[in-house]
Amino acid sequence: VSLRERLASGSFAVTAEISPPRGASTEKITAAAASLRDWVDAVNVTDNQGSNVRLASWAGSLAVMAAGLEPVMQMTCRDRNRIALQSDLLGASALGIRNILVMTGDHPKFGDHPGARPVFDLDSVQLLWALRTMRDQHVLLSGRRLDPAPDCFLGAVENPFAPPVEFRAERLGKKVAAGAQFVQTQFVFDVPAFARWMTQVRDLGLHERCGILAGVGAVRSVRALEYMRDKVPGVEVPDDVFRRLRAAPPDKHAAEGVKLAAEIVQQVAEIPGVAGVHLLVAVNEQAVPGILENAGSRETRWADGR
Amino acid sequence: VAYHLQRVLRPAAGYRWLSARIEASGPARTLFTGTERQTKTVLFGCRMCGQCTLPVTGYVCPMGCPKELRNGPCGGVGADGSCEVYPEQRCVWVDAYDRAAGAGRVGDLRLLHRPVDHRRWGQSSWLNYWQGRDEELWTGDASPGLGQSPGANT
Repeated sequence: VSLRERLASGSFAVTAEISPPRGASTEKITAAAASLRDWVDAVNVTDNQGSNVRLASWAGSLAVMAAGLEPVMQMTCRDRNRIALQSDLLGASALGIRNILVMTGDHPKFGDHPGARPVFDLDSVQLLWALRTMRDQHVLLSGRRLDPAPDCFLGAVENPFAPPVEFRAERLGKKVAAGAQFVQTQFVFDVPAFARWMTQVRDLGLHERCGILAGVGAVRSVRALEYMRDKVPGVEVPDDVFRRLRAAPPDKHAAEGVKLAAEIVQQVAEIPGVAGVHLLVAVNEQAVPGILENAGSRETRWADGR
Repeated sequence: VAYHLQRVLRPAAGYRWLSARIEASGPARTLFTGTERQTKTVLFGCRMCGQCTLPVTGYVCPMGCPKELRNGPCGGVGADGSCEVYPEQRCVWVDAYDRAAGAGRVGDLRLLHRPVDHRRWGQSSWLNYWQGRDEELWTGDASPGLGQSPGANT
């Protein structure tokens, strides 16, 4: 079933993430998609993640489709203005890409071309709003009519942990009002903090209008965890997680990371309003079966058909 | 204080007449725009985008954000409220939230802001406001769609 149908049916959804390569080949994407096909409903294809040049997300999405898996094409506001973004949606839709994940995007300063002009012509709320209007009202931002209109399932991202924390559920509310039908969150390490955010999300009724996928990542080493905490904008890692990983022998760190991720999957699955998980395993897709098997041994909610 | 001024300066016939006169005269317009620039830069960190959101963003200019986000903070804000791009600065949206909350105006931050019209950079937003060109900058309801509305673009 498609991601849209999975979320509509109310059964537990699982998505993962593929980073396209720095090079003119889709081979690695095809291999990654093939290994994930039996485990996830759909897979994100990142849009020059971290402001580093990679193969385009629309091209990666086509490769994922050809490998028999549903892509979620990421679209950031960092590199393209409103003309290019609307044009990209038309192209993606015409070629059968349905899921579009809209995000502001990292600043170019963090990537391999720090001198690039930051575009940010639209923000993520405005882009969602524009894409939804193209689909539902059949018009561009200019007001000109589209024939035929694109078909798409629109996603957003949110970081429940970044200041101003009290405003984060409201911010998702703006994205839902603008057109978001599903949301993937930043890494959840601090489950109680995530649960507090979910309470606000439920108070606003957002879980009824938007599929909430909790971001869960498997870490392979203490160094990877430190990198995430120190270098990836917006990621908070509680000290408990470090203690737990350090307590395991170094050759068992990766296995411990998978176990930890599986536990977080189980914990967030118990929170009312959570529709599924987004496994943030960018270059580590072989961890996905382990996480889901570990989580599924005590939890059978997503066992149907997999 | 700014919120009180906001009430006093609401577009009325008098302001519309006055702003039309100012716009009609080159030197008056330059002087007026310069005054706006000076005042708002010092008080609110204004960037002169010409389509002012200050009344509904806790009187903090969102164009001071390195990503110029008009609908709220990005996901990269540091745990201490710092900007992810310039960690020595505070996130403008953390400031906006604090000030709006302090004034009991958090509801303002839910409004949906339409895209910036980049032709208006450097213009006086006060004149645009009194002339009624700013009426569709934001809305509480996204339902009519974004495509039909940027009629205020002229």
